[in-house]
Amino acid sequence: MIEFLGEVAAWFADPGTWSGRDGIPTRLWEHLWISGISLAGSIAIGLPLGLAIGHTGRGAGAVVAIANVGRAVPSLGLMGLAFLLLLPLGLGVGPLPTIVALIALGIPPIVVNAYVGLREVDRDLVEAARGMGMRGREVLGRVEVPIALPVILAGVRTTAVQIVATATLAAAIGGGTLGQLIYIGFNVGDQVRIFGAALIVAALSIGTELGFAWIQGAAASPGLRGRAYVPVEPAQVGRGGGEATLP
Amino acid sequence: MRIDLEWVLENLDRIGELLLEHVYLTALAVGIGLVISFAFALLIRDRPRWYGPIIGGTGILYAIPSLALFALLTPITGLGTVLTAEIALVSYTLLILTRNIVEGLRAVPGDAIEAAAGMGYTRVQRLLRVELPLAMPIIVAGIRIATVSTVGLVTVTALIGLGGLGYLIVTIGTQRGSFGLTATLTGITLAVGLAALADLALLALQRAFTPWARRRTATQ
Repeated sequence: MIEFLGEVAAWFADPGTWSGRDGIPTRLWEHLWISGISLAGSIAIGLPLGLAIGHTGRGAGAVVAIANVGRAVPSLGLMGLAFLLLLPLGLGVGPLPTIVALIALGIPPIVVNAYVGLREVDRDLVEAARGMGMRGREVLGRVEVPIALPVILAGVRTTAVQIVATATLAAAIGGGTLGQLIYIGFNVGDQVRIFGAALIVAALSIGTELGFAWIQGAAASPGLRGRAYVPVEPAQVGRGGGEATLP
Repeated sequence: MRIDLEWVLENLDRIGELLLEHVYLTALAVGIGLVISFAFALLIRDRPRWYGPIIGGTGILYAIPSLALFALLTPITGLGTVLTAEIALVSYTLLILTRNIVEGLRAVPGDAIEAAAGMGYTRVQRLLRVELPLAMPIIVAGIRIATVSTVGLVTVTALIGLGGLGYLIVTIGTQRGSFGLTATLTGITLAVGLAALADLALLALQRAFTPWARRRTATQ
């Protein structure tokens, strides 16, 4: 085992590991920009949807459906499907299928958390804001969203971690990312390379989780700051009794 | 590119085998995860100090991508073995299951626990006859989420040569043959169907064993 770890260290020290198309910097950058664009896409689609449903209270059934389907569809299947559907259009090779699949995968936690966050806002506060003469949009922007912010950000964090983790699978459809390095290792049967690449992927994912946990903490009300690390929460709709019992 | 139902019919036996393999890998992971999570939850109940380290640790595990975790285990447990796959799959169930079991036990009303103590129940009797039944809805909610996510994650084990239904998505699906789309869609459809079925079955099971919870929601 010590010998093996020595070989892994030697792999990291080898300049060849850090250069070229399958060098760590190239694949890391690819992993990061694909994840970044996908996260932005998921937020751009999911956040307005979740806020609209949460604010009006209409379409709660859709949130339950999105949450359930989002959890049940295998991410690998989504990638394969995006690849196969874009292939005849000449867009199958390259990062596009990965980005499409990751955006779709990232939408449910954002919608669910935005919805749940808004519904948990004290109704009396909303009434008070209305009584002060605020219009719908003002109530949303100045009362509901600020109060629901930690829950909304928890959704963004869940999505970010999921996207960075699942981007690894892009290698299976030729979409590159750091997963490519693991994939090459599997194909040539090189355990040192497999292990070294997996260490980088794991570090990146854990870094994403802790980084977004920090952002979420910094956005919380000052009285709640300084709490210990709390892991990302898989969005749970209808917890505690069964189906569709939304708060 | 089109959907080729003949291919599905010709390969029905093979698809059935893959489906069974998928069920087996999922059930094993959730079953073992449940045992470990129960141990964690009971430890946390007796020593609340452990909550942070256990939930934090399982949370970090949860963030590691499945492909990376399979890869990290490979030098120790071998490439493409069921052991490699199961260690990773079990790891991913721990956060959700432990948290829900802890929350379920915490939600048991203090009155019920006192009444049990007053009736002379031992700790073990109290746990089995009072606390677990009352905690059941929250625990089952956790099992349902863990099961549905595990069904999805099992497909990734196709990348290390196992995979159940994932084999249809990966090995066949990404080849550019005429049945690529058919195989992928078959894999996805069966995986989603399996997840939905398992979810409904667990819900039905919970309802059957906790009739009072159903009655309460009906009157509210």
